Amino acid sequence: MSNGLALLSIFVLSVFIGFEVVSKVSTTLHTPLMSGANAIHGIILVGAITVTDHADTNLELGLGIAAVVLATINMVGGFVVTDRMLEMFKGKPRVKKDVEAVGGEAK
Amino acid sequence: MISKNLYDLIGLAVAVCFILALKGLSSPKSARRGNLIGAFGALVATGFVFRSPEMTLHHKWWIMGAIVFGVVVGVPAARRIQMTQMPQLVALFNGVGGGAAALVAIVEYLKLGSSASTPDVVATVFTVIVGCVSFSGSIVTFLKLQEIMTTRPVVFPGGRFVIAATLLGTLGCAEWVIHSMGNVSLTVMAVLALLFGVLFVLPVGGADVPIVISLLNAFTGLTVAASGYVLQATLLIVAGTLVGASGTILTRLMAAAMGRSLFGTLFGAFTAKPQAAAVGGEVRPVKSGSPDDVAILLNYAQRVVIVPGFGLAVAQAQHTVRELADLLTSKGVDVAYGIHPVAGRMPGHMNVLLAEANVPYEQLVEMDEVNPTFPQTDVVLVVGANDVVNPAAKTTPGCPIYGMPILDVAEAGNVIFLKRSMRPGFAGIENELLYDPKTTLLFGDAKNSLTKVVSALKAL
Repeated sequence: MSNGLALLSIFVLSVFIGFEVVSKVSTTLHTPLMSGANAIHGIILVGAITVTDHADTNLELGLGIAAVVLATINMVGGFVVTDRMLEMFKGKPRVKKDVEAVGGEAK
Repeated sequence: MISKNLYDLIGLAVAVCFILALKGLSSPKSARRGNLIGAFGALVATGFVFRSPEMTLHHKWWIMGAIVFGVVVGVPAARRIQMTQMPQLVALFNGVGGGAAALVAIVEYLKLGSSASTPDVVATVFTVIVGCVSFSGSIVTFLKLQEIMTTRPVVFPGGRFVIAATLLGTLGCAEWVIHSMGNVSLTVMAVLALLFGVLFVLPVGGADVPIVISLLNAFTGLTVAASGYVLQATLLIVAGTLVGASGTILTRLMAAAMGRSLFGTLFGAFTAKPQAAAVGGEVRPVKSGSPDDVAILLNYAQRVVIVPGFGLAVAQAQHTVRELADLLTSKGVDVAYGIHPVAGRMPGHMNVLLAEANVPYEQLVEMDEVNPTFPQTDVVLVVGANDVVNPAAKTTPGCPIYGMPILDVAEAGNVIFLKRSMRPGFAGIENELLYDPKTTLLFGDAKNSLTKVVSALKAL
């Protein structure tokens, strides 16, 4: 099997895994799903690092560095914000008093 | 340096981490751990890419600096954002991801040279185009949601023609790039793709933005997968495809929840006939009540369903509504929240907003489950929602929301609307339910009104 074909196979199988896994996601968690998936595509950072490393000209280096910055924002920011959301969903036993004291964080 | 095989094996492990991250989201209990596994995987992948056999480490300080800069920008943004602004942030992060993928593809293109194989060139060109569309489209979405620009659909004469022409121009350029392998053609193509991204989001109205965000999310996923093909990185293919799948599923769900075709959303069906359901201009009588009336209705109910809309979040009334629900529960009233799939501004947004106010997620009931319970419900409290309870979606063929599944609140004994004014909702359609004899309206800011109802209820 040629390399291209192997990669294509991986792609096709991933499509099925993706649909299978995502269709089981609870509707309550669709927003975290979106931001979590968003964070996952930040893995383009690996690609950005690779092409920047191989850069020969200043143009390539500049574009590559920009890509690293954007990808890092995407990945790190995405995971942090998803964690912040999911933290709120933990099924805590309802302790009323401390909940009341926390109040809003609207600034 | 580590061997190529070991490096690929690590890539596989990281891909598994990402699958587990998504799998964790099947229940709120396992979700947070799943996300941490995903973040751990991403960290491992980033760490080990520096030890990959192909790395020269010529520019490692530049790369490190860029990563640090990205962290310094990204983390505070993610920490400070308010939950109501989540859609904007997701749009923005999605845009920068798409932009990063496009830049990676451009650098790859500059390195390909004339000996490159056609599949590689095609995949690169695809990444540049879709990455650029995703970048500029997401930025416009962000500007709309942040209300830096108007949330109304922006349409201009011949707009569709211009959009089609831009798309054809981009594809024509792609052909040119593939044949010439020149830098000018690539630049023109990228600019046209950026322009297309802007034009394609401009006509989308505020209510449809959730669909566009998830569609653009799917786009970015696919660009990452295509980059993976060019860079021969299995991990990028798996990760990108997972995101593509999730974006696609959410886009379809959203479109179905609004009773619209994806095509209709993107090409402005909402804007085409804004006054389809205009039923004369005369002022009709409505029954408006005081906070005390509302408190009495609620106090003697056995079952109350609260229907929250984005107006609740705008008024920052999530905490007050929870206080009201707690108070009713303590009085022995059965309280649930009826959540329409498009309540809020992105799929599942309302769940996040209520979770922030410590509403237990067990009380959040999806549309399909809550609808059969309305006939046994004494009082429905609609807070800052309108279109998602508008019976016109069932009764008025030709109105813009016709066919959209709604919460059948009209089946309940009493309906209370907390509204700021008689102004119709996002879709601009009159709601017949407001004039129904069993409907009581309480005018005012949602938070103020709820606070008054809570104190009236305490006094009873």
